[in-house]
Amino acid sequence: MIEAELSRSVRRWCKGATGITGAARLSGGASQETWRFDITHPDGGIGAILRRSPKGYGAAPTRAAGLAAEAQLMQLAYEAGVPSPRVMHVLVPEDDLGTGFIMQRVEGETIARKILRDDEYAAARPHLARQIGGILAGLHRLPKDKLPELRSRSATQEISEFERDYRSLNWPKPVFELALRWLRDNDPGPSAEETLVHGDFRNGNLIIGRDGVRAVLDWELAHLGDPMEDLGWVCVNSWRFGEIDKPVGGFGSREELFAGYEAAGRQVDPARVKFWEVMGTLRWGIMCGGMMQRFREGPDHSMERAMIGRRASETEIDLLRLLAPRGS
Amino acid sequence: MQDEPTPIELTKSVADFLRNDITPLISGHQAFKLRVAINILDLVTRQLTREEGSDAAEVERLRSLLGIDGSVADLNHALAERIAKSELDLATPGLAEHLWATTMDKLAVDQPNYASYKRELGRGG
Repeated sequence: MIEAELSRSVRRWCKGATGITGAARLSGGASQETWRFDITHPDGGIGAILRRSPKGYGAAPTRAAGLAAEAQLMQLAYEAGVPSPRVMHVLVPEDDLGTGFIMQRVEGETIARKILRDDEYAAARPHLARQIGGILAGLHRLPKDKLPELRSRSATQEISEFERDYRSLNWPKPVFELALRWLRDNDPGPSAEETLVHGDFRNGNLIIGRDGVRAVLDWELAHLGDPMEDLGWVCVNSWRFGEIDKPVGGFGSREELFAGYEAAGRQVDPARVKFWEVMGTLRWGIMCGGMMQRFREGPDHSMERAMIGRRASETEIDLLRLLAPRGS
Repeated sequence: MQDEPTPIELTKSVADFLRNDITPLISGHQAFKLRVAINILDLVTRQLTREEGSDAAEVERLRSLLGIDGSVADLNHALAERIAKSELDLATPGLAEHLWATTMDKLAVDQPNYASYKRELGRGG
């Protein structure tokens, strides 16, 4: 049934399009959906992706920038040469598809473990850490006056927010308390410069091909803040998928990441990067607790969600490795 | 006293049945869900096997760190509170060792294949 609405929609804004085929739901929860489909066109089919909140699910969760902002950011990134899908259409009421946007489909792999292990990506892997540095530099340079309205978050505010989230779980974790103390004691204060921060830039949210990074996805946590946040988050151990000696997404070293970033003309502050890595590790741990809470209280009473609750201990060992490392 | 087989033996028998007899029959998303289900049963088996011993050791350490008595949950609450108030920190003798031992015991149940855990296990537990 979504095919009928999509067909009507593409005929309106895609010159020459006659309809669509192969609509298939990819992922997402109740409030946000991702669909793939192909636009039928006399010059050849066009692969496309729909990201939408169905009707009745318009309100974005508090931390999310919202789909309209996401579309705007991806388009800005695309125009600035940051690898990103081209946004083809932002949904309007006549589309009868809810709110969201349609973008060009970028072929490649997003599953982190495949990217880290499959032969197909063997040639690209050694270059990814440095390439990611360059991409983040480009992203942090996007002109602030063209950005959509975004929340602004300092390190100090983030610590308070995580502490509140953690306390609301009523889930006493001495290691998390230690991490919160460390964050307060090592809060670097306001960043000299506030830029766009992607907010979820990591292995798993990148489309990778044989030639390297093809697109940066999942801009929904974008905000204004300390650019070093993105460099720290991409190094969180949870996103290394077992390749723990290669901090940048399991691809390579911090030195390569920093070199790529600085080669693109921006400065790295390694102490801030470390701060955000600790913060990011705690952030994922608290999110695991949130999953446990949603599992308990419903409506998502799934086994997967339950098991994510049992992954919080992974972040505890990673926090200890960061804050209280044992002799080697 | 309850009869046998023990909960560990019973849970393990279900996990083995699903793993050996059902897995070959199932594909797609249901196969993924089945793997998660088996992982859960394996986790429960590990916890039933280890929890009594690790909790007892944890309580022992917590008593000597905090100088009070209580259940493992009470003592963890108390420890969390004292760290939050900065009454205890990494300079406190025994705290880092306690947190390491407790965390290693959790990983042994939750995710024994987690790479950080395997690395730390290689350092002598």
